[in-house]
Amino acid sequence: MHETTWDVIIIGGGHAGCEAAAAAARFGARTLLVTHKLETIGEMSCNPAIGGVGKGHLVREIDALDGLMGRVADQAGIQFRLLNRRKGPAVHGPRTQADRKLYREAMQAAIQQTENLSLLGQPVDDILVEEGRACGVITEAGETHRAGAVVLTTGTFLDGIIHIGTERVPAGRHGEAPAITLSKRLYGLAEQTGALTMGRMKTGTPARLDGRTIATEKLEAQPADAAPVPFSFLTEKIIVPQTVCYITHTNQATFDIIEENILQSPVYSGQIAGVGPRYCPAIEDKVARFPERKSHQIFLEPEGLDDPTVYPNGISTSLPAALQDRFIRTIVGLEEVKIIRPGYAIEYDYVDPKALLPSLELKALPGLYLAGQINGTTGYEEAAGQGLVAGLNAARAAAGQEAVYFDRAEAYLGVMVDDLVTKGVSEPYRMFTARAEYRLTLRADNADQRLTEKGIAAGLVGPKRAKAFRAKMAALTDARTKAASWTMTPNEAGTKGMHIRADGTRRTMTELLAYPSIDWADLQAVWPEMGTWTRDIRQQIETDALYAGYLDRQQADIDAFRRDEALSLPSDIDYLALEGMATEVRQKLAAARPVTLGQAARMDGMTPAALTLLLHHARKNQRGLAKAASK
Amino acid sequence: MSQNGAGETIFALSTGAGRAALAVIRLSGPEVDGALAQLGIKNLPKPRMAALRKLYHPTNNQLLDEALVLRFVAPRSFTGEDMAELHVHGGLAVTQSILAALASLAMCRPAEAGDFTRRAVLHGKMDLTGAEAIADLIDAEGGAQQAQALRQMNGSLRAVMEGWREALKTTLAHVEADIEFADEDLPGGLGQRALEGVPAMLSAMQAHVEDRRGLALRDGLRVALLGAPNAGKSSILNRLAGKDAAIVSARAGTTRDVIEVAMLLEGVPITLVDTAGLREAGDDIEREGVRRAKLQAEEADIRLLVLSPDTKNPLGEAASMADIDIAICNKADLGAVPEAELANMGAIETVSLSTVQGSTAQSDDETVLLAALQELVRARAGAKETPVLTRERHRQALGEACVALDRALTIADTGLELAAEDLRLAQRALGRITGAVDIEQLLDIVFADFCIGK
Ligand SMILES: Cc1cc2nc3c(=O)[nH]c(=O)nc-3n(C[C@H](O)[C@H](O)[C@H](O)COP(=O)(O)OP(=O)(O)OC[C@H]3O[C@@H](n4cnc5c(N)ncnc54)[C@H](O)[C@@H]3O)c2cc1C
Repeated sequence: MHETTWDVIIIGGGHAGCEAAAAAARFGARTLLVTHKLETIGEMSCNPAIGGVGKGHLVREIDALDGLMGRVADQAGIQFRLLNRRKGPAVHGPRTQADRKLYREAMQAAIQQTENLSLLGQPVDDILVEEGRACGVITEAGETHRAGAVVLTTGTFLDGIIHIGTERVPAGRHGEAPAITLSKRLYGLAEQTGALTMGRMKTGTPARLDGRTIATEKLEAQPADAAPVPFSFLTEKIIVPQTVCYITHTNQATFDIIEENILQSPVYSGQIAGVGPRYCPAIEDKVARFPERKSHQIFLEPEGLDDPTVYPNGISTSLPAALQDRFIRTIVGLEEVKIIRPGYAIEYDYVDPKALLPSLELKALPGLYLAGQINGTTGYEEAAGQGLVAGLNAARAAAGQEAVYFDRAEAYLGVMVDDLVTKGVSEPYRMFTARAEYRLTLRADNADQRLTEKGIAAGLVGPKRAKAFRAKMAALTDARTKAASWTMTPNEAGTKGMHIRADGTRRTMTELLAYPSIDWADLQAVWPEMGTWTRDIRQQIETDALYAGYLDRQQADIDAFRRDEALSLPSDIDYLALEGMATEVRQKLAAARPVTLGQAARMDGMTPAALTLLLHHARKNQRGLAKAASK
Repeated sequence: MSQNGAGETIFALSTGAGRAALAVIRLSGPEVDGALAQLGIKNLPKPRMAALRKLYHPTNNQLLDEALVLRFVAPRSFTGEDMAELHVHGGLAVTQSILAALASLAMCRPAEAGDFTRRAVLHGKMDLTGAEAIADLIDAEGGAQQAQALRQMNGSLRAVMEGWREALKTTLAHVEADIEFADEDLPGGLGQRALEGVPAMLSAMQAHVEDRRGLALRDGLRVALLGAPNAGKSSILNRLAGKDAAIVSARAGTTRDVIEVAMLLEGVPITLVDTAGLREAGDDIEREGVRRAKLQAEEADIRLLVLSPDTKNPLGEAASMADIDIAICNKADLGAVPEAELANMGAIETVSLSTVQGSTAQSDDETVLLAALQELVRARAGAKETPVLTRERHRQALGEACVALDRALTIADTGLELAAEDLRLAQRALGRITGAVDIEQLLDIVFADFCIGK
């Protein structure tokens, strides 16, 4: 019987799986990626776009840690737009429409070029468990592959069922088989240990249209940015040709058809019980929830430069195919449209992520890490981010090293993982910048400054990026030092045409730049060296100036946050036996086993009384640790 | 956060010390029942049912008292923990012996000041303003203070803060929607429009910050009598204190040579202050007198200046009179106070008093003075029907919220995300007076109000 041995095995070649595999391999682990079909590696199941507000931040962080998504998107992006350009840098959202084929090809190439990474195109049937640890996989063909750690990233495939009207087809994605035995394995684990909870979620996708049958001349065009801003800190220039999207709207006639037939949608007929995302509602949901709105915006997004398929963003639906055809044809520009493939809803299993440690290891089965949609999230970027964290930690565990965590004050990755494992999910989880307490600090533009050094230390960043990063930091530090040492009095400024309050105080260049009435050119006239700084450096200095007082206040908050995070809770507290705490709180703590006092404080239903007691334990623990260290 | 906040079992004598018919000892914490058992109560009374039980010393089994025992089971108790009340006989020996018996048990310890209320807050039985109100209620000396504390205990202040926080939460949710869903078809300028309600809220908050009446009522008012040694301050003090006012305590000849009389006026505790010791003549001493008088004036909430035809204004003719509330022209029977002395008085109320020494009958003059003073007390500290800030900490937090909101309004055009940051700071400042906002609640508002999602 065929048997191989690896450091890490990744199940699933979606967005989570690719990042997980690449991260483990970059760390140096001998990694095997097992996925249904090698041809679907890097497939975009739903809308052909990467990034956005919050999601774009994640892509930059993945890139700062030398991950794949940013670089791949830069090679596949056909309509780059920086969202929120008119707002401040903290909420700028890099986004691009992606050519589905280019993306898949670039991802597959990146995976193939990754050292230490091997591929296997087979369905996985089961996880090999020995002595209470996950130690490999068993494929449908009956092969056994062993590993020190396993990462499961099966997306929407766990017991997936596609719904179109009353039709129900078991599938992981259009035209692909679901993963049923793995689902059973997890349910079995849930039953056996009582330490994880499974649930059902749903999501949907719109019909795909033949772009050659769309009357685009009637529609408003939305062009790409004139100067596309790449995702990757290593990409100098976007060379893929850029294209346009078109915008159209639903109308009263669309509304009427959907409203009349709403009971034919499986969501409303009761056929689907899974919870769907509020921010990606089906058009049926929009009609039912906002009956006063007759018109909803639709973006017609090309799926590729040489692919006529168009993705109509905004009308995800699971109505019967004939009805989809009818309502879509009521829309301006789509009167004569040919539908390539109807939309559908998909229902699938997910694991309540509260069952995970912050390393994304399953508490109930050491050695098994979960990442991506399986954890109740939605979106490529969210999946990829978790993949990176899980892949890294699986590789470190296999090498006998401690897990690496990202905290809420340094990365959206940290915010996401902490939200998932601490609070769990009640609907598919998507990243928002509002989820980050320290939003002004966690910007897309400084992801490298926040994370690359840590990535180097964690063994995740290759030499090429490390070198580029160090060069950039040297230049940035130099510029910042100068910006803080170049000063002028109000008088001197006045003679240069910059008018500020004459209080005799010397102000630094950064302070002067913060005045709305003073711009870069004014200052460059005084300090010509500013003209030699790169765009990126200039942007950092400008942000420093714009956010001045705010960043200081935020740093004070971050310090307070870190103090609570530094109070680690002993892993052997018997929560059920703790006195002076409500039974419900004790049970919650026993199930969650928070790692730090800060994490405990973020759990739902925690009372200050319970925290006071925990603080006592954390302090005791700290004293214990200090004593042990001094011995 | 102190670590003795929860977990241990505490006890304390909850009624006043000294001889009395009854005394109540309270216990709270996980070991309450254990402690009762140690006191020889084999048969625990049902929760919330009073029952008579004999109490014995845990080691020598000596009978200590026969008490009415009342149990409350967590979380349905004042502190949210298991609690018991022992209604015992109020003698010194009885109470001391029972407290000593409890203290001898390893499972419990004497409570520190405020322990019971702190636990109630920690267990979410009341918010901070509620806890503060309980303390104020216990300390209340006058009816107006009592009314104010009761209103706050019933959540009036919390309601105002929560109301503002709710409103800010909605504002923030709309601003966040504008930031988060940049490429969705949301109403244009959503964030800016959400901020339109802020200026009104801000001025309401500022009005609260500026209104010091709640604090003044809680702390009581200091009324300083200023004037030259022979102007008749002391007699006025005595006459005021001896008439409508109830004397609570009188303290004379403190180190600073100041006489203070405590009284209640309009239900507000008042401390009447008279500076003595300005008798000696000589330029240096006189200067020192002026200095002291000014110091007294600075510390006081209300300032009465006593003038008479036969003395000089100790503040000096040129001194600013802006801070004087009432000028009393004493010894009106000796003649009028020279015009020059009153020259800088402006719109200050002047009251003339005659020197009707020794009379207990209330002269009209005094009624006028008292009425003027009452009027002032009402204005500065009178009980208000609307909730007010009662602590400096409230004012500080609310002041911070105001600063943040003000900044949010100015910055919104250049950085909506900075306005969001300030809205969050404002909310947090308000929350320091009561609770906290979380992101899921924010998203709930976003999704309830808008159709988001392509
Ligand atoms: C119909 C649909 C609609 C969606 N709509 C949206 C949307 O509107 N907005 C949004 O943000 N996101 C949407 N998504 C979600 C987005 O596609 C996912 O969040 C993202 O792809 C998740 O990445 P993943 O890596 O977790 O899983 P996937 O990308 O689903 O990858 C799973 C991989 O695992 C492999 N696999 C599964 N089981 C096995 C097995 N037993 N053995 C071997 N390999 C296996 C599969 O072949 C696949 O390669 C939608 C997804 C679907 C299917």
